[in-house]
Amino acid sequence: MDLKINDLSKTYGHQKAVDNISFEVKSGEIVGFLGPNGAGKTTTMKMLTQYIHPDHGSIWYGNSRNQDNVDIRRSIGYLPEHNPLYEEMPVLDYLAFCAQLQGVQTSEIPVKIRDMVRKCGLDEEKHKKIGELSKGYRQRVGLAQAIIHNPKVLILDEPTTGLDPNQIVEIRELIKELGREKTVILSTHILSEVEATCDRILIINKGKIVADGTVSNLRKQTESRQITFARIEGLDSDQIHKALSGIPGVNHVDLINKESNRFEVQSTSDESLNRAIFKLCVQNNLELLEMTPMETKLEDIFRDLTLN
Amino acid sequence: MNSIISIIAFRELRSFFDSLMAYILLIAFLGFSGFFTWIYGADVFIRKEADLAVFFSIAKWTLFFFIPAITMKMIAEEKKTGTIEILLTKAVSSRQLVLGKYLACLLLILITLAFTLPYYFSISRLGAVDHGATICGYIGLILMSSAYIAIGLFASSITNNQIVAFLFSLLIGIVFHFILDVLGSGSRGILGNILNDLSVSKHFDSISRGVLDTKDVLFFISLTVLGLFLSEQYVSKSK
Repeated sequence: MDLKINDLSKTYGHQKAVDNISFEVKSGEIVGFLGPNGAGKTTTMKMLTQYIHPDHGSIWYGNSRNQDNVDIRRSIGYLPEHNPLYEEMPVLDYLAFCAQLQGVQTSEIPVKIRDMVRKCGLDEEKHKKIGELSKGYRQRVGLAQAIIHNPKVLILDEPTTGLDPNQIVEIRELIKELGREKTVILSTHILSEVEATCDRILIINKGKIVADGTVSNLRKQTESRQITFARIEGLDSDQIHKALSGIPGVNHVDLINKESNRFEVQSTSDESLNRAIFKLCVQNNLELLEMTPMETKLEDIFRDLTLN
Repeated sequence: MNSIISIIAFRELRSFFDSLMAYILLIAFLGFSGFFTWIYGADVFIRKEADLAVFFSIAKWTLFFFIPAITMKMIAEEKKTGTIEILLTKAVSSRQLVLGKYLACLLLILITLAFTLPYYFSISRLGAVDHGATICGYIGLILMSSAYIAIGLFASSITNNQIVAFLFSLLIGIVFHFILDVLGSGSRGILGNILNDLSVSKHFDSISRGVLDTKDVLFFISLTVLGLFLSEQYVSKSK
């Protein structure tokens, strides 16, 4: 099911939590919602799941609009922030309860539960009460209740918080697998997670979308500077520093390691720095031991877009 | 739609019995009412009348305190832990949520009252019981409980603090149960009539005397509907 969001706004008191955002998500796409805390990610997700009503704007779920609609809610799976659960319920009962509420046929419920227990790796803990589970398992239960009715749209608010690295990889794989046929929107502030799982990134800041595109597209858009690491020997490090700073276009040179003469060279120009550094070494008879161009990290893009 | 309400009600009822809530209620209620009905004070043997009037007046007060204790967590806790978000983003409406919880509380009270039926059978062995009055007494208790559950749910829906919910529903209860009664007795004319008409104890006493008046029944039903309606409003207001 495709989602189409038009001019969505929500104000709490005087604060605009979400400010006129519009975007589309196609079926089979995994979109990562990225932004600093308080940027409006969770509010947007709550509006998408019909938990709160937008002040303004519309959400299209396929061909139907965003009225309070049971059928629409049945086609959405939602893992809320902080993953609230009924602590006193055993895992299996809780999953059955959620399946019932989402209109899964009574005869299918045992099959669905077995399926979820296997998919989310809950087998060892399935008879325990939810309150007795560790955080990782609670997160899996939260994910299982979100997908037990096989929803077309999956909305996950920080799905991997509190998991250990192995669990994170597992959950990411699961999300990727689900994303092949569903529309998935997940929010996170772990940047590597977005790179690992998402087809597309939406960066949101102060209630507005500040970037929308694939990871590589965003890199191109924001790549205003180029960074190269170089190890150069043959002269005193101060002199090399001076020479590197003299290259046209270079705006900043950092000596990272004095013993091995390792420099970080930053340039503003689009032209490749590497060639200039190489020429410099040849002309001055220096030994170029290492030269590594560095990709702009998602972290830098994020910082650029959200820190103003 | 109805199945959603029953799914929620069933879950709540189970959680009453999974926690100690239901058992404490049963033991305390049966202990209290049994003690005063059979053993202590103006009990059945001293009065030498084969009726359950003592039981009904004790039950009236016990339920008055117990019902807020049952209802206080119903919505407040869901709000606090955030599980209300889980329910309302599934195919559950605010009304179904409130009705499901109401039904669960009412069922728990019905189960509790069912355990007092042996009192009735014992009394009927001891002498000629006014069956009409006894049945009316039970109907009165059920109607009164229904009204207090609705009030309790309303109190629970306006806050996410259980203690606040408990005290608030007790406060509303005291006004309806006690203060209006006292004020009504002390006033005359139209004001006195209105105050009397709003007093829960007056309506309950009138039913438990064995006269099932539509006015009394309608009073409790209106109070229930009002309470549930307000709870629904508060639940959907947070959206």
